[in-house]
Amino acid sequence: MYKMASYDEPLLNEMEEVKKGDTDDTDIPIPKSIMRRELNLPSLDERSVVKHFTHLSQMNYGIDTGTYPLGSCTMKYNPKILEEVARGDKVGYIHPYQHESTVQGALEIMYNLEKMLCEITGMDAFSLQPIAGAHGEFTGMSIVRAYHENNGEKRNEVILPDSAHGTNPASARMAGFDVVEIPSREGRVDMDALHSVLSKNTAAFMLTNPNTLGIFEKDILEISREVKKVGALLYYDGANLNAIMGKARPGDMGFDIVHLNPHKTFATPHGGGGPGAGPVGVKANLEKFLPVPRTIKDEGYHLDYDRANSVGKMSHFYGNFPVLLKAYTYILLKGCDGLKEATERAVLNANYLMKKLNGNYEVPFGGGRMHEFVISAKRLRKKGIRALDVAKRLIDYGVHPPTIYFPMIVEEAMMIEPTESESKETLDRYADALNAIAEEDAEVVTNAPLNAPIKRVDESKAARSLILKWSDFSP
Amino acid sequence: MEELDIDSIDKLFGDIPEKIRIKGLGIPPGKSEIDVEREISDTLKKNRSFNDMPSFLGGGIQPHYVPPAVRHIVSRSEFYTSYTPYQPEFSQGMLQSVFEYQSVICELTGMDAANISMYDFATSLGEAARMAKRINKKDTFLIPENISWEKKSVLKNYVRNAGMRIKEIPYGENGKVNLFAIGDAGDVAGIYLENPNFFGIIEDRIDEIREIKEKTDGLIVMGVDPLLLAIVKPPSEYGADIVIGDGWMGNPMNFGGSRLGIFSCRKEYIRQMPGRIIGATTDRDGKRAFCMTMQTREQHIRRKKATSNICSNEALCAIAFVAYISLLGRNGLRSLAATNVKNARYAAEELSSIGFEIPFGMTFFNEFVAIPPVNAGELNNSLLSKNMHGALLLGNHFPELKNALLYGITEMHSRETINKMVEVTGKIVEGKYV
Repeated sequence: MYKMASYDEPLLNEMEEVKKGDTDDTDIPIPKSIMRRELNLPSLDERSVVKHFTHLSQMNYGIDTGTYPLGSCTMKYNPKILEEVARGDKVGYIHPYQHESTVQGALEIMYNLEKMLCEITGMDAFSLQPIAGAHGEFTGMSIVRAYHENNGEKRNEVILPDSAHGTNPASARMAGFDVVEIPSREGRVDMDALHSVLSKNTAAFMLTNPNTLGIFEKDILEISREVKKVGALLYYDGANLNAIMGKARPGDMGFDIVHLNPHKTFATPHGGGGPGAGPVGVKANLEKFLPVPRTIKDEGYHLDYDRANSVGKMSHFYGNFPVLLKAYTYILLKGCDGLKEATERAVLNANYLMKKLNGNYEVPFGGGRMHEFVISAKRLRKKGIRALDVAKRLIDYGVHPPTIYFPMIVEEAMMIEPTESESKETLDRYADALNAIAEEDAEVVTNAPLNAPIKRVDESKAARSLILKWSDFSP
Repeated sequence: MEELDIDSIDKLFGDIPEKIRIKGLGIPPGKSEIDVEREISDTLKKNRSFNDMPSFLGGGIQPHYVPPAVRHIVSRSEFYTSYTPYQPEFSQGMLQSVFEYQSVICELTGMDAANISMYDFATSLGEAARMAKRINKKDTFLIPENISWEKKSVLKNYVRNAGMRIKEIPYGENGKVNLFAIGDAGDVAGIYLENPNFFGIIEDRIDEIREIKEKTDGLIVMGVDPLLLAIVKPPSEYGADIVIGDGWMGNPMNFGGSRLGIFSCRKEYIRQMPGRIIGATTDRDGKRAFCMTMQTREQHIRRKKATSNICSNEALCAIAFVAYISLLGRNGLRSLAATNVKNARYAAEELSSIGFEIPFGMTFFNEFVAIPPVNAGELNNSLLSKNMHGALLLGNHFPELKNALLYGITEMHSRETINKMVEVTGKIVEGKYV
């Protein structure tokens, strides 16, 4: 049975302090009236600090630790060369305001990456500036607004299916749109429902394809036609691009705007939630709205700010350059064939795993699946076991649980995305674990995890009595 | 494939209409690791880093030393290959680390709560403005005229669809925002101030800022360099309600990317704060544990009614930040801040001695405005030809400062580096190189 390291690791402020020489306040040339006296931070030596964070890292699960089939998050293996290339001072110690002639390497990489992303998605231009997928959505929605305003139109509605990622409605709202959610039919966009809400008020339809159930929207060309008919734009949430890369392109399906998640599709590590990136691609007619600056090429590479219709800036500088560099490296490494193979293997793995689970778990909706699939744990409810319990029990088997309770349209949903990185043996072990859990006594499952560094966490207590920093612990 | 009873992988892609299937991608075939590494490193060689060519650029981002131990800590793959800690039992390491980050931010800023980061300083400002409106339902957000134009542009994108207005307050002869120009305007959701400000000047008007807050009834949002807070009173003493900043600590410049946006606030506003927040709790055995908390504000639960769409953040950069703070400690941080002030002041004095004007005085942190006795653009070009990068030209965005330069000086600028720059600058000024 798997066992993660477990330490009673103190908080930094609970660790034994090592005195380091006091600073002479009289020597600091700032007005005495604003001088700070109290600074309640621990002073530790390097040895203690490194030990502390090493212990903490050992109490954390990553893709290098094992399987991590978190649906829609695409946790694939991150090749180590990606870390190496982003490490040196030619990446870390360049200033964003440096003279263009002194950052030609960085600009060349950004320029080339844009071109490659265009080819992979079928779009005409990309901005690398957004710093996360949701940030890309917000950027995309800002472009939607700019486009309609430029046409002298005030369209206030963004439509999306009820299976959409939660960031979609939140991003549309942030850009000032009213959100119209339409129900799915058999796991796909319900064309009648779509028809009934499309109007002159529709600014855009946001969709991921395949959707969050792992089902390809095969009516996509019709969807695109209908959306265009009312003058709206079609927006592609690229979270699921790993399912079609090298096989089909959003641009060919009629999408006008896409965002990508390089930390998913292009294997740049997630970093525990960031730094990420969320490049946004558009069709030629929307290029003028992209954020400034644009990287352009003539005799050398330049940053072009002279764009009258641009939405302006979405983040301070040019995006998360090290992340973009890693994505670029991954694409070079894989190339056209490697990207396609990754897709094929990801889809094969998902379908194989789904087949091994169909029995103890229910697979809602018919038809094929792409890179991820959703199963329902509702059959276990009669034993008193919920999806959450199954997830916690998986921890005891040493594998990361899938995404749970999403999409919301499936009862006791568990969304699994094994990715292309996992071997058949690993998939078999994962399926065996899930199937074994379905046979286990409810008492064992509902008490899980038993082998993790800690037992099940009381999340409602955390929300009820907020302890958000060291000093909130009552003495 | 056998198990699935299919003879061709294409069967799995049957739902994709024939019309949109592609034969292949128009990008080169894959390359070996050694070729890729060589290609990237050849391309990157075209960059000139701080180590190849000292630079004196300011503008809110400067080179700082990153202790190797920080890099080793964030290179632990259990950290960097993990995802958002949705399963706390499997993620205690990440959760405790970022809880410590939150604690450190609260210590530095004097705020009651912090989230585990926004994308960057500029997006923190955008979210802070929106948060101010959520709290007091007012529409006007006041900003100093002299903040970075990029930050201004990001802010506009964040507020324009929230029914908010941005009003710019002019700066006075001392380079600080003219607090009198704010008056006692109604409808103020928030007032944004910076310490140090874009011109590097340290804000010392504690009482006046508190007064303005009372008069306008708006929230005070303060943008800070966390290092300055090691030696200057925390924003809480200025009456700040929300404190934001650039979380550069432990994170290299990275061409402006992969750092983090600090975001913290006072207790009464916690539920309006965007972003991920980590709380302490206990497990079933009563043992201390950490998990994400207040998730009901968030997009994955509240969807269109969420406080913000942010779900990713810069978690790994937050670990770098807290590791950096731990390694320096209280005294290390204070003496580093002192070194930054002293080095910058030394550089300003030296430049002043060769005929530069320091228009806003000497009360600055590690950046300052200086006006050379020659054309600033030409000075920079001459420096470039001497393998040295000059300071930031301010004229493009502040026409009234058309010949001014913004210098950024840190612990990375040794006395020798500064002396060399001043010497070369002096020769250029004397016309020897022009």
